[in-house]
Amino acid sequence: MLSFFKEAVAPHFNFWIYVIIMMIGLWSVIAKNNLIKKLIGLAIFQTAILLLYVSLGVKEGATIPIIDQHAAELAAAGDISAINPDKYANPLPHVLMLTAIVVGVATLGVALALSQMIYKDFGTLEEDEVLGKIKALHDDV
Amino acid sequence: MNAKLYASIAVVITGTILLYAVSDFPAFGDPRSPANAGVAGGAPSASQYYIKNTYLDTKVPNLVTAVLADYRSYDTLFETVVIFTAGMAIFAIIRVVRRDDSVEVPADPKIDGDHHRIVVGITCRLVVPLVQIFALYVIAHGHYSPGGGFQGGVMLGASFILLALSTSLPEALSRFGEDHFMKLACLGVFVYAGFGFLPMIFGRNFLDYGALQGVFMTKGEEMARSHGIFGVEIGVALTVMSVMFAMFANLSSRGRLRGGL
Repeated sequence: MLSFFKEAVAPHFNFWIYVIIMMIGLWSVIAKNNLIKKLIGLAIFQTAILLLYVSLGVKEGATIPIIDQHAAELAAAGDISAINPDKYANPLPHVLMLTAIVVGVATLGVALALSQMIYKDFGTLEEDEVLGKIKALHDDV
Repeated sequence: MNAKLYASIAVVITGTILLYAVSDFPAFGDPRSPANAGVAGGAPSASQYYIKNTYLDTKVPNLVTAVLADYRSYDTLFETVVIFTAGMAIFAIIRVVRRDDSVEVPADPKIDGDHHRIVVGITCRLVVPLVQIFALYVIAHGHYSPGGGFQGGVMLGASFILLALSTSLPEALSRFGEDHFMKLACLGVFVYAGFGFLPMIFGRNFLDYGALQGVFMTKGEEMARSHGIFGVEIGVALTVMSVMFAMFANLSSRGRLRGGL
């Protein structure tokens, strides 16, 4: 058991955590009946993906992806090797997730607006009750 | 409770499949992983190119800002459009516009009878300007330190939300009303797309800020790119700030923009 943790889990613990958080989100999207709880599940699901991407850009012994001023001056003077790529964390996942976070908030706002309208029309946010009321409406017609 | 049982079965199966694949992934923090260094024997990864050449191409030390607003500026332009569209969608879904929609007069801003709000109100009045100044710093200093249009825009939006929460929604709307934030959301996208179209006047590609050397009066194309990135970040910040506050104002007042929390 301990050797399994040392060999399989410890070097990949970021992936284990992302799978666990993602499955918590997926479970609440499927199993929960309340629409707001489903939205919370979606937000948890999204957080897992953000964590996965950012953890891919981590480098052992590297710093934040902002070029050191001294190295930048040397590089501008013509010394290409002054900037060592292993010294800076991978900027690409940060860029992708930075926009994804803000877009996630904006789409969550749209989802909340839709659920407000559902509550206004049906007086409930429980999925089965909403579906029952929609069915009753169709049966009347 | 069948739904929960089936959900648990589906989740456990999916999780097991995902975890089965984990052992093939590179170890955490490995600088030689494909994402960080490219495939062995193949071309170096895009991130290696960015780290080596961003400063030489744009004179921006913060790689995230430069990649966001220069190399991948098409992506960011349409991310901004997504945020703008989300703001418009919220407006279309829940905004209730009445014909007699007179502007609600905010309650007397003097803090008197409402004793439970004195501490919160005074503290937030002092904090809001500081938050806004720091947000402007985050936008303007995004070239040299962590920051940029998205982060600064969210902070600016949060400062107005804080004002609405600590005093009242009409009070916040009297300072940053609907006609203002809807126009600013449009203006942000316009500024971004405008900085994209400007280089086309000089016969260059869309969003190729290097062509703006004459407009910004800089020595080289690199510095012109740096200034172009800053202009674009301002557009992003305007849209993000307006949409964040529009979302809060509409959601907290059920689309009436009066009363509120």
